Amino acid sequence: MATRLKPVDVVLVGFGWTASIMAQQLTDAGMQVLALERGKFRDTVPDFATTQIQDELRYAVRDGLFQEPARDTLTFRNSMDQTALPMRHLGSFLPGVGVGGAGVHWNGQTWRFLPEDFVIRSHTEQRYGKSFIPPDMTIQDWGITYAELEPHYDAFDYLCGVSGQAGNIQGQLQIGGNPFEGPRQRGYPLAPLKRSHATVLFDKAARSVGFQPFPCAAANTSAAYTNPLGVQMGPCTYCGYCEWFGCGNYSKASPQTTILPVLLKKPNFSYRAGADVTRINLDSSGKHATGVTYVDEQGRVFEQPAALVICCAFAQHNALLLLLSKIGQPYDPKTNTGVVGRNYAYQITSSVDVFLDELMNPFMGAGALGQAIDEFNGDNFDHGPEGFVGGGYIALWSTGGRPILQHQLPEGTPKWGAGWKKAMADNYLKSASIATHGSVMSYRDSYLDLDPTYRDIYGDPLLRLTFDFHPNEHKMSGFLTDKAALIAQAMKPRSFHAKPRTGHYSIIPYQTTHNTGGCAMGADPKTSVVNKYLQCWDVPNVFVMGSSVFPQNAGYNPTGTVAALTYWAAAAIRDKYLKNPGPLVQV
Amino acid sequence: MKAAVRTRYAIGALVGVFALGAGVVLAQVTTMAPALPAPAPTASAQVARGHYLVDAGDCASCHTKAGGQPYAGGRAIPTPFGVIYSVNITPDKDTGIGAWTEQDFYRAMHEGISKDGSHLYPAFPYPWFTKVSRADVDAIRAYLATLKPVNQDDTPNKLPWPLSWRGAMFGWNTLYFDKGEYQADAGKSAQWNRGAYLVLGLGHCGACHTPINMLGGSKTSQPFHGGNAGSHWYAPGLGSNLRDGVGGWSVAEIVEYLKTGANAKSASAGPMSEVVMNSTQYLTEADLTAIAVYLKDRPDAPSKSPPDTDALGADALARGQALYIDNCTACHMPDGRGVAKVFPPLTGSSAIQADDPGTVIHVVLAGARMAAPASKPTGLAMPGFGWKMDDHQIADVVNYIRHAWGNRAPLVDADTVGEVRKDIEPSDRPSRDKVTRHPDAPVRQGSD
Repeated sequence: MATRLKPVDVVLVGFGWTASIMAQQLTDAGMQVLALERGKFRDTVPDFATTQIQDELRYAVRDGLFQEPARDTLTFRNSMDQTALPMRHLGSFLPGVGVGGAGVHWNGQTWRFLPEDFVIRSHTEQRYGKSFIPPDMTIQDWGITYAELEPHYDAFDYLCGVSGQAGNIQGQLQIGGNPFEGPRQRGYPLAPLKRSHATVLFDKAARSVGFQPFPCAAANTSAAYTNPLGVQMGPCTYCGYCEWFGCGNYSKASPQTTILPVLLKKPNFSYRAGADVTRINLDSSGKHATGVTYVDEQGRVFEQPAALVICCAFAQHNALLLLLSKIGQPYDPKTNTGVVGRNYAYQITSSVDVFLDELMNPFMGAGALGQAIDEFNGDNFDHGPEGFVGGGYIALWSTGGRPILQHQLPEGTPKWGAGWKKAMADNYLKSASIATHGSVMSYRDSYLDLDPTYRDIYGDPLLRLTFDFHPNEHKMSGFLTDKAALIAQAMKPRSFHAKPRTGHYSIIPYQTTHNTGGCAMGADPKTSVVNKYLQCWDVPNVFVMGSSVFPQNAGYNPTGTVAALTYWAAAAIRDKYLKNPGPLVQV
Repeated sequence: MKAAVRTRYAIGALVGVFALGAGVVLAQVTTMAPALPAPAPTASAQVARGHYLVDAGDCASCHTKAGGQPYAGGRAIPTPFGVIYSVNITPDKDTGIGAWTEQDFYRAMHEGISKDGSHLYPAFPYPWFTKVSRADVDAIRAYLATLKPVNQDDTPNKLPWPLSWRGAMFGWNTLYFDKGEYQADAGKSAQWNRGAYLVLGLGHCGACHTPINMLGGSKTSQPFHGGNAGSHWYAPGLGSNLRDGVGGWSVAEIVEYLKTGANAKSASAGPMSEVVMNSTQYLTEADLTAIAVYLKDRPDAPSKSPPDTDALGADALARGQALYIDNCTACHMPDGRGVAKVFPPLTGSSAIQADDPGTVIHVVLAGARMAAPASKPTGLAMPGFGWKMDDHQIADVVNYIRHAWGNRAPLVDADTVGEVRKDIEPSDRPSRDKVTRHPDAPVRQGSD
């Protein structure tokens, strides 16, 4: 039998970015908040300490900070007529485990989605006509506007000490910034990072072919910073170990470096590590959550009562928890009914490797040190002649020059032996790679449900992912890759090598950890799990955070939007829900 | 974190004065004053003042064990001769000081004599607390009487006979204890006197920052010339010396350091982080300023001639520099200047250049965490390097930072590093376990 614990006001499932932001806001509002984290507590020192974290084999190759498939995984198939098999090694995406979540090992690439991204269906239909959207494409408006989110994007920028160059301040375009971005109330808290030589060459080349490149916004500090909570960050040292590593210099924004020093001191906050939440418990009506059940490291089962349950786990895990807890109607692709698991989406990436005669010194990098163009993202260009929906940015990132995994070799290089060694010696310092980062729309046959065969260590079904790229995405990604090759050519390289994304989606090679959907937000309970305040339609005292609420994916890294939505939901809970607990949107 | 008090002197002293103290029969003169009634609401100002003074005296640090009830004692204070345990000062009648009279309490603070007439060990810093005024001592007692009584028996000290015989302290007191409340210096300002009262009395700064003699008594001829805070933590000098003192610090910088644990010149570590967290962060700006004004006006320690740099030799310097560049520059920067207001500079630092290299070696081996008061909540930390560097390497890097950028200090050898290593717990490399859940954890039962 489960041991019943003392009730709290709010229980948070997971303790990464969204839980940390939510806990900070709700404890400020006087609530007793408890976070339950399946992994361990981790802090800058000793867990990410300089000189020990820069260990590529341990952390990047052997997945030092990521979810362990032996304990927790999902099954995958490309299409509904296949049998899904369990993922036994991480590949395409890398969820985190432990306090800080994936907010520990992210790069710090901090984007805002475009105003049009939030109204993609109505905007696309209005500009290009209803028939422009393929019939099986299930994209929908978010039920929220960019203007509503802007103050919350701003809050996150200042929490993290984001380094960047504004492109649009209150409607005034700013020289050197992204001219396509939505208007922001003020500039970034810190100046852009220092540029790498490769990004300087990219900038020059992009300008020469008529584009407007800008420094990417980075949650890597270009200078020492003290955030509005009084938490201090040190300047980035460009060590090149952001992506898949924790930061030992207090330079990359993470829950540990921005919120936890304040949050962990609050008497009305607590957390439990090694607490794996397996159910949200409902009362007999099925319309009200009574708390959660979790299993601790010794396998003991606990029931944690709470007045409010907020799902702050990684994208797919939130959907799995709702499915297992029987909250909301599971999505059925055959009848196109139900909502939980619907509208899973991913992103589509490609690259163009560039080989030059000059020294690039790629080992000097930072996770979000990059120069990008945004001409072909969202609806920043006329999609009419192209015949696809969506877009993405094109960027040259100098995230690092790690010897095992971060290098480019010219086409035709032998895979091993003396020829490979010579090519590495010739190219390691003299190459770079231009990336395209494209949106993926949601489709009727891309979804999450409970696997009929495979079960986890508790005996519960694994989550099953059914996903493939659609022609719309291949067409869009090919278009982006061609534009990237145009810039590569303008960099006047010895040679360059375009690597478009072709064929079926493969879950084996790493692409991006930007999984979305499964608990889509929206204005209609028939097509969404949560309303515009991220509140479950069916169980109003359950809220869902994270990219699982995105109705489809955009052509940007999601963390900025995930954080802004969390601040937005926290404000709604504080200002609306607590005064009158119940549904915040009536339909 | 080790105790922020110096205690070994008490035991060391006992050995020396045992013969002297033997045979002395202590007169049991206990004034039987009526027990203090529970504080009435009208006493609230006195209680609030008492709370402030308890913070100023850093009582919580020693009288609370890790994970224990505040002020219930039981904290082990290791010494070379045995372990002394702090006592329960909650108002519990049986195990705390609930049955003590106002006079009992004053006598303990003023004379170092317990309610039963026995001598207290100067691990309890009565040689400093004797300077505290009667009104302040009464306020402290009034506040302590408002705490939740905790029924927790004191842990017996682990001291071998004859050290366990408290009567020996009579002789020690004769030699080293100067009883008497603070007497203002009419030639100085009220602010200066306030600072002196706090530093010499409740603050008991000299307990760590003044060197001790063979018998454990403070070297009164060398006040605040720098001392040992236990576990190889060296407490730097507090005089106006530039190399080993606060001569280079402005009044505002001293105030900032005591309030937040860091300033542009330095950052707290070890026991001083604890002092900031439990004590000085709660002091008023006026009191911290008074402390700074007093310290800045203290006579300088005689300046020692800087050690000869050439003794280090080019090879050792090069080895140390290479280790420094690989391991230290990310925060402390190649020029040793650190990052303003984030990572402390190593240049011109008194802790770095102290004759006693204890603090530097301790920090390199085991790491350190700055104080994290509400006003500066981050608690920035340095990792330890004990798991990856051997004693020779640590000696090389310590010698480098003690000689680079104009720093000067005596040389350190691997044996010295080894001495520190065996007494402390160098940090480990972070564990590879992401979760510690048992791999055979049973399938959930009956939770649905």
